[in-house]
Amino acid sequence: MRPLRIVLRSALPFLIAIPLCLALQSVLSPGWSIIVIAAGINVILAVSLNVVNGFTGQFSIGHAGFAAVGAYTAAKITTAMHGLQIVGLSAGVSDQVVFLIALVAGMITAAMAGFLVGMPSLRLRGDYLAIVTLGFNEIIRVIIENTPFLGQATGISGLPRLTTVLWVGLGVIATISMARRLVGSTHGRALLAIREDEVAAEAMGVDTTGYKVRAFVIASAFAGLAGGLLVHLIQLCTPRSFTFVKSIEVVVMVVLGGMGSVTGSVVSALVLSFALEGLREVQQYRMVLYSLLLIVLMLTRPTGLFGTREIWDIIKLPGRRKAARVEVTP
Amino acid sequence: MIEFLQHLVNGLSVGTIYALIALGYTMVYGVLKLINFAHGDVYMVGAFAGFYLANAMGVGGTPSLARAIIVFVGSMGICAALGVLIERFAYRPLRHRARLTSLITAIGVSFLLEYGFQLPSIPGIGIPFPPGPTPRFFPEPFARVAWEPFGLYISNYDVVSFVTAVALMLILQYIVYRTRFGTSMRAVSFDSQVAGLMGINVNRVIAYTFALGSALAAAAALLFAGSRPKVDPLMGLALGVKAFVAAVFGGIGNVPGAMVGGLALGLAEEFVSGYALSSYRDGIAFALLIIVLLVRPAGLFGTFRPEKV
Amino acid sequence: MTAPGAVLEARHVTMQFGGLKALSDFNLTLMPGELVGLIGPNGAGKTTAFNAITGVYPPSAGDVFVAGERVNGQRPHQICMAGVARTFQNIRLFKELTALDNVKVACHHGRKAGFAAAFFLTPAFVADEERITARAEEYLKVMGLSHRRDALAKNLPYGEQRRLEIARALASGPKVLCLDEPAAGMNASEKVALMELIHRIRDQFRLAILVIEHDMRLVMGVSERLVVLDHGVTISQGVPERVRKDPKVIEAYLGDSYLEEKKIAVPGAPTT
Repeated sequence: MRPLRIVLRSALPFLIAIPLCLALQSVLSPGWSIIVIAAGINVILAVSLNVVNGFTGQFSIGHAGFAAVGAYTAAKITTAMHGLQIVGLSAGVSDQVVFLIALVAGMITAAMAGFLVGMPSLRLRGDYLAIVTLGFNEIIRVIIENTPFLGQATGISGLPRLTTVLWVGLGVIATISMARRLVGSTHGRALLAIREDEVAAEAMGVDTTGYKVRAFVIASAFAGLAGGLLVHLIQLCTPRSFTFVKSIEVVVMVVLGGMGSVTGSVVSALVLSFALEGLREVQQYRMVLYSLLLIVLMLTRPTGLFGTREIWDIIKLPGRRKAARVEVTP
Repeated sequence: MIEFLQHLVNGLSVGTIYALIALGYTMVYGVLKLINFAHGDVYMVGAFAGFYLANAMGVGGTPSLARAIIVFVGSMGICAALGVLIERFAYRPLRHRARLTSLITAIGVSFLLEYGFQLPSIPGIGIPFPPGPTPRFFPEPFARVAWEPFGLYISNYDVVSFVTAVALMLILQYIVYRTRFGTSMRAVSFDSQVAGLMGINVNRVIAYTFALGSALAAAAALLFAGSRPKVDPLMGLALGVKAFVAAVFGGIGNVPGAMVGGLALGLAEEFVSGYALSSYRDGIAFALLIIVLLVRPAGLFGTFRPEKV
Repeated sequence: MTAPGAVLEARHVTMQFGGLKALSDFNLTLMPGELVGLIGPNGAGKTTAFNAITGVYPPSAGDVFVAGERVNGQRPHQICMAGVARTFQNIRLFKELTALDNVKVACHHGRKAGFAAAFFLTPAFVADEERITARAEEYLKVMGLSHRRDALAKNLPYGEQRRLEIARALASGPKVLCLDEPAAGMNASEKVALMELIHRIRDQFRLAILVIEHDMRLVMGVSERLVVLDHGVTISQGVPERVRKDPKVIEAYLGDSYLEEKKIAVPGAPTT
């Protein structure tokens, strides 16, 4: 197959998304833009976490920590390159290029953090990974709050508002493509096998530790992307955006949607983001409702909305071939 | 030298508190293999129970040992009941499901307590409940007396706290290793299915385990009230995590391990923040956690049980 | 120096768990195409031997060689890639995956394209997927499970689950196949079919097969050679005809009171 065709086929979802996002961007009011962008960021967080918790069956509850790593990296780059203009490009385009560089850099550092955290801890039993990721989330916070270079508790302010519906849309498409292509591939099957029965997977030739680390690294990278997008939306980079509570919010989205279902994560992230907007009046009740939701959900329907099925398992879409069909009861 | 002894005293003081809370984590993990995320918040409820009881009994106006004891025991009872309730309604229905489910539920209960207690007080019931986010303060049950032998600062609160904590730990040690209930508890922690087949009422053992652990958390809260009289709904968070680290350090599921772990963490925090960077005090617990998990995940006294293939 | 041409060799393998010696000085040499049965009473250490060979637990002492290469201490997935596949005493299928996907997982280690290729849908990746699918379907056909291609493994009837586990193990392309009680829970006619299947697999794929079984008729019918374990110790080896008459074997299975009753003398044992 000629290289051009490969690139085109791989990039197709993005090519479709660009005009759609631009159209959306032009019709939304500024207020609604923010809400939609925030929802999109949550989708990226939920879908990426699902790769670790849903596909691979591990239990990571410190996802916000990796988002923080990506966020601070991106923030540092955009502030450092503020006002600089790349030779040959106009100021506007230059800013966008800088943003792209910042986001990618954030993904890389977040991935590295994922590797550092994952390597030693993925050989431990399930509960232990939860502890380690929680610990990592908190350690990141403690380190940031004690490092002047990172702005300590007050954080880095005055970031340029670079995140638009288009950027988030592309990020969302990238994340969903990643998850879909992963799960439909032999690598994805390896992850699912690890979730189903790690001993058997290992016996059938799957390098379980290596794959758990890979899943962790990929999920962390996209968390970093979400972090970078977030801080350039609220124009502020503080540790308060990346606490354990935020991590749990993402876990709730993944569990509510169904661990292992990309559709589920997308739907629940969107639903919860918009619902939280609506509940803004009753901010103090928000967490109470969240926690009740969590408890009731676990007691009544632990598989979540979609279990591990995707939208095309429920509604017959034309021409769709079935992805690996799974129903997980956590 | 004096500084060293002061750190030692402070470290033991804090360490016994960590130990009491860590015991709750370790006992529940032992019988259920569940990390009870809500335990730190049970500690918080214990503190508030003490606060409400103390105010109701007029403690602080006229210091009285009898009243203090009533408040102490009363709070332990309230927390024991809370622990049993949580187990009954949030954890027991999920016992046959994957552990992840219970873990998430535990997080839910934890948040429910934390944020529920931050809601504005219900008007017209006489006491400010829920307490809301603003911190309250414990009344002093008896007059504070401090001694300064050789420049060391020790108050009667410290002494009472330490002695009571050690007494409670000894009582627990006796219960776990010398009574029939303790043996049942340990049997359930090894294999709950077989324990049930041997005639042990597993549900009851688990309920009592929760009751014990929660009562100890309440005791810890009240003992700590001498030096930390502030109570607020989020006080259980940081403390709970540290106590949990202590339990893991000692070997989660192991009772003497939790005691040793708690003391070790208390001392480590005191000495490291005393002689080195004090702002990293909270990070010491996590550093300890990382070291434990990398070097010896089973903890000091824990045994690694390989999965049977 | 390992035995030339041996596809699997275990030498002085010992497995110790705390104070318990589950396997003592276990020795085995498998040539290509051999059918060997591993028998013994419950708790004799048969599955432990499998676990030592496949790397689930590293041996406390001794060595394991696959096709001349030392593998003890390697991780199970590496030993699988070296050519040893196994099934499990309690079936360990990927319950929520389809039968086809179960088998596909075993084909994973033969992939050419890396992790990143999956995201960019490169030709190498697509070719991998097609190759894996074709291979998996082939093995399903061999085991007569093509009609269950899209069924979830957890929904299959018990006998088909056992066959699926074998199909999966075969798909990993082993030189040695270790079957752990493949006939457990089967009725008489299924067992006969299984015996034929084992022979057919051995002939078609030119494998060495090591079988743990409790059903005497099956294991005698299938094995060219037997190894008998009791309390971790190898008490007898040889052709089935000889082993079944070995007093030590009879004692291990039926107890020494049976020996007394039948007045069978065990050479070397003290007479009362």
